[in-house]
Amino acid sequence: MESYKKKTTPLWRNRKVVPVIFQILFVIIMGTLIWILVHNTIIGLNRMGIRFGFDFLNLRAGFNINESLIEYSTSDPYIRALIVGLLSTLRVSVFGIILATVLGVLVGIAKMSDNWLLSKVASVYIEIFRNTPLLLQIFIFNFAVFLSLPTIQEALSFGPFYLSNRGAVIPWYTTHATTWLWMILVVAYAIFSFIVFKWLMNIAVTEGKQMHPFLSSAGAFILLNLATFFIVGQGPVQLVTPETTGTAITGGLLLSTPFLSILLALTIFTSTYIAEIVRGGIQAVPNGQTEATQALGFKPSTAMRLVIFPQAVRIIIPPMTSQYLNLIKNSSLAMAVGFQEIVGVGNTVMNQSGRTLEVIIVIIGVYLFFNLTLSLFMNLFNKKFQLIER
Amino acid sequence: MYMNNYQQEGDYNTSLEVADGIRLKPVNDSSFAETLRKNLFDGWKNTLLTLLTAIFSLFLVYQVVTFVLANSWDVVYDNLRMLMIGQYPVDEVWRLWLSLDLASLLIGLTYGLWKGAGKSVAFTFGTVYLVFALIPWTTLNTSLNLATAIALIAVGYAAGDKVAKLKLPTLVLWALFIPFSLGLLTGFGGLLDPVLSREWGGWLLTVIIAMISIIGCFPLGVLLALGRRSSLPVVKYFCIGYIELVRGIPLIMVLFIGQLLIPLFLGGETGIDNVSRAIIAYTFFAAAYLAENIRGGLQSIPSGQYEAAQALGLNKFKLTFFIILPQALKAVIPAMVGQFITILKDTSLVAIIGLADFLGTARRISNNPEYLGRYMELYLFVAAFYFVFCYLMAHVSRYLERSLAKGNG
Repeated sequence: MESYKKKTTPLWRNRKVVPVIFQILFVIIMGTLIWILVHNTIIGLNRMGIRFGFDFLNLRAGFNINESLIEYSTSDPYIRALIVGLLSTLRVSVFGIILATVLGVLVGIAKMSDNWLLSKVASVYIEIFRNTPLLLQIFIFNFAVFLSLPTIQEALSFGPFYLSNRGAVIPWYTTHATTWLWMILVVAYAIFSFIVFKWLMNIAVTEGKQMHPFLSSAGAFILLNLATFFIVGQGPVQLVTPETTGTAITGGLLLSTPFLSILLALTIFTSTYIAEIVRGGIQAVPNGQTEATQALGFKPSTAMRLVIFPQAVRIIIPPMTSQYLNLIKNSSLAMAVGFQEIVGVGNTVMNQSGRTLEVIIVIIGVYLFFNLTLSLFMNLFNKKFQLIER
Repeated sequence: MYMNNYQQEGDYNTSLEVADGIRLKPVNDSSFAETLRKNLFDGWKNTLLTLLTAIFSLFLVYQVVTFVLANSWDVVYDNLRMLMIGQYPVDEVWRLWLSLDLASLLIGLTYGLWKGAGKSVAFTFGTVYLVFALIPWTTLNTSLNLATAIALIAVGYAAGDKVAKLKLPTLVLWALFIPFSLGLLTGFGGLLDPVLSREWGGWLLTVIIAMISIIGCFPLGVLLALGRRSSLPVVKYFCIGYIELVRGIPLIMVLFIGQLLIPLFLGGETGIDNVSRAIIAYTFFAAAYLAENIRGGLQSIPSGQYEAAQALGLNKFKLTFFIILPQALKAVIPAMVGQFITILKDTSLVAIIGLADFLGTARRISNNPEYLGRYMELYLFVAAFYFVFCYLMAHVSRYLERSLAKGNG
């Protein structure tokens, strides 16, 4: 019995003690490292005579920003300059995400096509734009394509669209007195037609009658809008087409060269990844599903819409989310061609104010906010499509 | 592969009978004309699609070919040295040739010993050498050096093909190659004339940054991945925090942090140059992404493996490093190669923080008033170079993916 008693587990092999010791060690080592870094930083900042803080954000910025969605002048504070940058990031990202999704889905479908040639062309497109750096593509679009276009005096015109080395001018709209009324009405009509659709669909499903729910609701929506148009006498917005006066182009909306370059490059680069994700997602749906729809006599389009696609979406959503996040992060490359989004503005603010650490913290905060928001949305979306298991 | 004749997805028009017929039919039954008809001119819709695509792609090919032939590429060949090696001292270029020769020999050996994807690597390198050796404006010296490199690939292949015993020495040489060539480039810390990092440039700098970051991020990524799956909460949440933070911010921000804050963090007067700071930033950035890839591999290991190892009495360290990690890493080789391609492409971002890498050099040359408006030639050359090497890596990764899938039955 005595010999048995001596054989207790030694301390260094005790499964209760070792993890605790290990974690304490980890904390001590990491804590020391971080403390050294922070300590050095404080000493460095003191030596430069800078006191850490975010008060400087209210100081006058004093630099110009070429493109801005809100009003901005050089006398505005740094914080407003950063907000201008943030809005530019959002502008590029939102349009980029929409365009890249559309293009990516089209290329993905083209790659799955029965047509050998079309599928090969889609593959070549994907390989070329995937295997070259995004920054290079941005440079090519900006310097080699758009800046090499003729000057604004000799702008190329395609109908109401004008292209010059300053960028593209496209028809745009202006609002007028009835725009708000129109917006409220259109939303109301949309809700109404949706209710009609659900109601007719319900009847069609429960009573087995052919009710044409989609045709009826879409028709109702169009008819209501037409009726409003005749009563109000004008459309929701006034269309403005650009016109050239020989030395300048007036009217319409100018999309600047840097904006177009970054948008085009982001769209194309991301679309190659989205194409592969879409293709992978659809091909991951077992072939038995397709055969089953054929056996049940589904139309191909109905089978795609009701059976294949909902299953593919489940696979597609998570990688798609990370591509969208990549696109938002990659939009920071716009600073290389002079489109001032959040990182570009932040860089100027750093150089002007010398507040490197603070600006970097602000930008990191902004991006983490983007990440969390988009992840949240995608999680909600994902939940809706999640397989409901018994 | 019956996929050639019968597309699984998208082809919902096939009746059951046809589908069954295809399954019973051997693959190479149809004649060339029939294959053509089936794949390209099957019904008027398909024919229209084929014609439109053909016209579009022929137009593009025509445009590219006329562009390539119509331009004098002097902006590229006048600056070829700059684009390839930057300001590397002319007297010391033999060190680069020596490294290249060694690499060629090793590529040849690898091809000879293992075949497989080594073939595409050897042939791609050989072709690139050959193209550069044959274009009229390379000097005789360069051509001879490139010819040597091609010869070394051939010698390596012959040796590897004949002598199977060379497998271990080749692996050892590969492991020694990178520290050796780096030492050679910098001068072995004073043994040869030192070449400072500000004299590196062009493709050389791109490759150096990519290579060191890839090697550096690997152990860090493994540790982060293991830490994220650790049962110790402190370690686990530290790793989660690090990975998610780094993956949440753009690379350019990480580079800024590297350039502007590393001197501040380390106390000001440390003599870390621009290039090293960029490499440190890339390493820490890439490690977070790599960790997520490796975590995918760790999650794919069935729990039976853990239980079996525990039943055999292996401790935690042995279990992790001898049983779990080798299998997990093998499973995610393709994903990791994909990550390495991304690193290679992303090194171009140092152009923004003012380093003269491949793209940065091209950017500087295009700012030279002598070559005003010659952007397209320059950037297309850069694009072609990146494309060849990224595509090669992607190709190797696909090959590995297929052969690993075969290995797992």
